Amino acid sequence: MTTAKRAPKRVLPGFNLTLGFTLFYLSVIVLIPLSALLFKTFNLSWEQFVAAVTSPRVLASYRLTFGASFLAALVNSVFGLLVAWVLVRYQFPGKKIMDALVDLPFALPTAVAGISLTALLASNGWIGSLLEPHGIQLAFNRNGVVIALIFIGLPFVVRTVQPVLEDAEKELEEAATCLGATRWQTFRFVIFPTIAPALLTGFAMAFARAIGEYGSVIFIAGNMPMVSEITPLIIIGKLEQYDYAGATAVAVVMLGFSFLMLLVINSLQSWQRKRGGAQP
Amino acid sequence: MSGANSRPNTAGPSQGVSTPSGGSAVRKATSVGARDARRAKAGTTEPAWVKWTLIGIALVFIFLFLILPLAAVFTEALRKGFDAFLEAFKEPDAWSAIKLTLMTAAIAVPLNLVFGVAAAWAIAKYEFRGKAFLTTLVDLPFSVSPVVAGLIYVLLFGAHGWFGPWLQAHDVKIIFAVPGIVLATIFVTFPFIARELIPLMQAQGTDEEQAAQVLGASGWQTFWHVTLPNIKWGLIYGVILCNARAMGEFGAVSVVSGHIRGQTNTMPLHVEILYNEYQSVAAFAIASLLALLALVTLVIKSFVEWQFERDQKAAAELPPERPTA
Repeated sequence: MTTAKRAPKRVLPGFNLTLGFTLFYLSVIVLIPLSALLFKTFNLSWEQFVAAVTSPRVLASYRLTFGASFLAALVNSVFGLLVAWVLVRYQFPGKKIMDALVDLPFALPTAVAGISLTALLASNGWIGSLLEPHGIQLAFNRNGVVIALIFIGLPFVVRTVQPVLEDAEKELEEAATCLGATRWQTFRFVIFPTIAPALLTGFAMAFARAIGEYGSVIFIAGNMPMVSEITPLIIIGKLEQYDYAGATAVAVVMLGFSFLMLLVINSLQSWQRKRGGAQP
Repeated sequence: MSGANSRPNTAGPSQGVSTPSGGSAVRKATSVGARDARRAKAGTTEPAWVKWTLIGIALVFIFLFLILPLAAVFTEALRKGFDAFLEAFKEPDAWSAIKLTLMTAAIAVPLNLVFGVAAAWAIAKYEFRGKAFLTTLVDLPFSVSPVVAGLIYVLLFGAHGWFGPWLQAHDVKIIFAVPGIVLATIFVTFPFIARELIPLMQAQGTDEEQAAQVLGASGWQTFWHVTLPNIKWGLIYGVILCNARAMGEFGAVSVVSGHIRGQTNTMPLHVEILYNEYQSVAAFAIASLLALLALVTLVIKSFVEWQFERDQKAAAELPPERPTA
């Protein structure tokens, strides 16, 4: 037994240092605090846990959070695809500005987005005052939640679909046309399958982000229990009443969902890479 | 493309390779005839009315959801004139909020920068077991709700938390104090720089670093003179996005802050307090500062993207290397 099992020599220095620091920092900031959440839940008995996460008010908040997030992600998929298409395929004045503005929801603090959307949609706001006479109310109810979540999730679909559209080979579309396909058929059967994985990834990202969103929603939602109260607000409410166990239980449910979405997004991305890898 | 080279290839008469796919349609047009050319063009574009309808819908959507909210921040801030706007900044609480926000970002961003570079170096330059898993873990804070991010630190350092009694005995305050705000901010901005750098450094490979090593450069010299110039745009990109989020974070910070005026209020929290007290103009005045920060972030981001593309193009136009390597 000499040095036969020696590890392959690493040419570049710094592996131990950088990996060591990465693991240390990751543990201190992310892993240990997150495990505290899990351990804290074990203080509850199973019955207590179930009671905390399935009380009627909490269930109503899941319905709102998941329903509104799904709807917002759906709207973002349609319009995100359209914006990405327009940005990649067409030339028009103001295109550069539009491209840069798409990232605004990433850069604008959520609280600012929240009060601004509220000011627009309240009955004395620019949009709210136009809709009020028609009996349409967008602020301080569930509609407001969906609108805030559309704003928050807007960049995800655009930014996942855009690079795939840019790389798509136009030769395929030409071939489809030569074979007699209409433009719509070409889109439906040639272009859409190429971008579908990216579109789904964008949808999942926007959905996941919307589920956890807090800052922009609470200003516009009205926050009525059982009606327009989102799940993150339930956690805050429980914390303010010093119900740490209840807050932790609901947070664990949300964290579990975050893990699930992370898994879904990862597998969607590897599917997308496989699709993309088919072409040299 | 017969060469099957993934790198931009400039060897040989580059015409056919370097022009994007539109070129082939043009060539077809000259050889086959005008009628077929029209049809070939129709195969890759839409009729004008479809095109302009789509552009119109996109513009309306962007206008309603992005431009109007942005404009509303500034008009609401200036609704009662410029003096009322300035009044918001005369409050000492506003100043302490601005200072706290700047300080938080000044701690969180450099720490995440060091982490981002270290993580990208370890993940991009070496092969090891569990690499994919580690990359997923780095991304984890993005998928955790900001409220949950704040809560985990309350559970660790709060009065009822793991370290709560010990901290109280030693008179150290983390929750409802500045350290908690910094920690929560670090958590939510954790992946920004790492996730920009990992794919960038993976794409660049290790050839140049190995060459530097062979020529006798030390590890630090290799990093400073070879790696850093290659990743500088990605680095700046990550830093400005990280900074924007660090200064604007609301949910996580709100859980750990305790909302003590003049002490533990960041700018977004100060906006919330003013807004809830019906001081609308003051709230929007502070918010307009944050919106300005967002706009500056977008401008720098566009500039960095433009520079990065220019560098890529310049690299693609370099004379071909000899095929011996």
